[in-house]
Amino acid sequence: MAQSIIGQVHPVSIAFFFLFVLSTLCITYWAAKRTRTTKEFYAAGRSITGFQNGLALAGDYMSAASFLGIAGLVSTKGYDGLIYSVGWLVGWPIVMFLIAEPLRNLGKYTFADVVAYRLKRMPIRTSAAAGSLVTVLFYLIAQMVGAGTLIKLMFGLPYEYAIVIVGCLMIAYVLFGGMLATTWVQIIKAVLLLGGATVLVILTLSKFGFNYGELFGSASQKYGPEFLQPGGLVTNPVDAISLGLALMFGTAGLPHILMRFYTVPDAKEARKSVFYATGFIGYFYILTVTIGFGAAVLVGKKVIMAIDKGGNMAAPLLAEALGGHVFLGFLAAVAFATILAVVAGLTLAGASALSHDLYAGVFRRGQANEKDEVKVAKIATIGLGVSAMLLGILFKGQNVAFMVGLAFAVAASANFPALLMSIMWKKFSTSGAVASIWTGLILAAGLIIISPTVWVDIVHSSEKAAVEKQISEAEAQSKAKVETLEKAAADPKAISDEKAALGAMKKELASKMPQAPFPLKNPGLISMGAAFLIGIIVSLLSSEPEAQEKFEKEKLRAYIGIGSE
Amino acid sequence: MYLIKCRPALYAVNYKKEDYMSGNKTSFNFKDDKDFIKLSRQKSFVSIVLTILELFFYFGFISLIAFNKQFLSSMLTERITVGIPIAVGVIVMSWILTGIYVYWANNTYDVLVKKVKDKVEG
Repeated sequence: MAQSIIGQVHPVSIAFFFLFVLSTLCITYWAAKRTRTTKEFYAAGRSITGFQNGLALAGDYMSAASFLGIAGLVSTKGYDGLIYSVGWLVGWPIVMFLIAEPLRNLGKYTFADVVAYRLKRMPIRTSAAAGSLVTVLFYLIAQMVGAGTLIKLMFGLPYEYAIVIVGCLMIAYVLFGGMLATTWVQIIKAVLLLGGATVLVILTLSKFGFNYGELFGSASQKYGPEFLQPGGLVTNPVDAISLGLALMFGTAGLPHILMRFYTVPDAKEARKSVFYATGFIGYFYILTVTIGFGAAVLVGKKVIMAIDKGGNMAAPLLAEALGGHVFLGFLAAVAFATILAVVAGLTLAGASALSHDLYAGVFRRGQANEKDEVKVAKIATIGLGVSAMLLGILFKGQNVAFMVGLAFAVAASANFPALLMSIMWKKFSTSGAVASIWTGLILAAGLIIISPTVWVDIVHSSEKAAVEKQISEAEAQSKAKVETLEKAAADPKAISDEKAALGAMKKELASKMPQAPFPLKNPGLISMGAAFLIGIIVSLLSSEPEAQEKFEKEKLRAYIGIGSE
Repeated sequence: MYLIKCRPALYAVNYKKEDYMSGNKTSFNFKDDKDFIKLSRQKSFVSIVLTILELFFYFGFISLIAFNKQFLSSMLTERITVGIPIAVGVIVMSWILTGIYVYWANNTYDVLVKKVKDKVEG
C-alpha cells in the first residue's frame, strides 16, 4: 500500500469540508427567518415529517465515535466489535413501544413537560432539568474531546483549533437556526454518512466477489478462527447486563433524542420516525461492521494500529486504499459533519433544559413570554457552547470514554424511570418523581467513580499499568524458558511445571491489581433499579390525590392526542 | 393566546374538554367508554409484549455470549460462525419489531383512536 495521507491537510478533504459548511450555513440563514417563536426554536414549528425526522434522529444518534470507533473495534478485535455494536441499537424499539407517542402527545418541548404534566411543576422541572443537563454535558464533553482527537488524526489540525471550529459552527447552527437548522444539518449528515458508508461497503465487497462468506473466510484465514468468535468482551454476565440495561433504556432517556419527537406534527409521525430511524441506524451498524472486517483484511491490523492504537482510522484507511485520496477526503469531511450534527443536537437539548425547564418553568413559574424565553434559550446556547469548548480543551488527552457510559447510565436512571412512571402509573407522585430522579442521578454518577471504569482505569491507572507490565514481563520470561526447555527436548514435566509456575505468578500479580470498591463497570443495573424502587416507595408513602385525579385525563391525551400541542 | 390565534380548531377541542372537566353532563364520559378501555388495554398489551420480546432477544444474545460461547463459535457454513448471523439477527429483529408495532398501530390502534376522538369531539 502507498504511503497514507491520513493526518495531513489535504485539499480534497478541505474542499468537501468547506462545501458542507457553506451549505449548512446557507440552511441556517434560511432557517433563521423561520426561527422566532419558541415553537420554532425548540421544535422547528412541528413541520418535520416522520421520514425526515427518522433521518434526523439517525443523524442525531450516529456519532463519529461510533462510526470510526466501531469500525476500528471490529478491525482489531473482530467479533467482539460486532457484539458492541448490537448494544447501541436495541434501545430504539424501547423508545418506540414505551415512550415516543405518549411523549409527543403529552409534552411541548422537553421530556420534563411530560413528567410535570400532572405533578407539581417547580420541583419536577428543577430535578428533570438537572438530569437532562448532566446527561447532555457528559455526552457533549465526550463528543468534543473525541472531535478534537479525531480531527487531529485525520486532518493534522491542532486539537484546540478543531474544538474551536466545531464549537463555533455548532453555536451558529443552534443560535440562528434553532431546531430547523439543526434538523437539516442532521438530515444532510445522515444522508452523507449512510451514502459514504454504503459506497465503502460496495467497494469492499467488490474485492470479495460480493460474497460475505469470502470476506469472513479471508478474515479468519488471516487472523485465525478466533477473529469470528466471541472473545474477552463479555466475561462477567452481570457486568454485561448492567451495561446492556444502560444502553437500552438510556437511549429512551437521552434528552436530545426525546426532544426530536416534538418536531413532527403528531403521534403517528412520531411513531413512523422511530421506525425509519431504527432502520437507518441498524443498517449503519451493519455497514460499519462490514467496513471493520474489510479493513482488517484489506488494510491489516498492524497498519491500522500503527496510526492509532484504538483502531479509529480503520474506516478512513480502508477508504483511502479502495477509493484513493478523493474518497478519503470525502469520508473525512463526512466524519467532521457527523460530529457537528451530534453536538448541535446536544447543545439545543441542553439549552432547552435551561430556558424552557429552568427559566420559563421554574424561575418565571410558567409565565414567561415567548420573546424572553427564546432570548434566554439563545443565551443558554452561547453559554453551553463556550463551556463545551473550554471543557473540551480542559480534558485534552484525558480518558473520557467513561463519560458516554455515564451519560447513558444517567439517562437510564434519572430520566427514563421518571418519564415511564409518569406516563404509565397512576399513583406516581411529585415526591416520588423527585426522589427517583435524584436517586438515579446521584447513584449513577457516584457509582461510576468507584467503579473499575474510573477507579482502576483513571484514578489508579499507574498502578494498573505497573501490574500489567509485571505480568507481561513474567509472561515473556516464562515463554523464553519454555522455548529453551523445548529446544533442549527436556522432560515434559519441567515444561508443565514452568507453565504452572507462570499461572501461580499471574494469579499473585493479579491480586495486586487495584480493586474498585464497586464491581460493575457500568452502574446501570443498580442505579436504574434503585430509581424505580425509590420512585415507587416514595410515591406510595406520599399519595397525591390531585395527580391521581388528573391521570385519566392524561391517559386520554397520551393515547388519543386530544389537547396535545 | 398564541395558540388560539393560530389554530382555532385546537381551541375548539380544548373548549370541549374544559366542558367535561367542569362536569358538563352532555360531555362524553371516556372513562367508562368501551372503545377507550379496549384501546388503552390493547396499547399496553402490545407495548409490553413487544418490549419483553426485545429484552428477550438482546439479553438472550448476551447470555449466549456469557454462557455458551461454543455455540456461537461453531461453524454455520465453512467460513461463517453461528455468532455472526445471530448478532446481525438481533439488529434486524429489532427493526422488524418496530415495523410490527407500526403496522399494528396504523391498522388497528388508529382506527380505535379515531372512534374515541369522534365521540369526545361530538
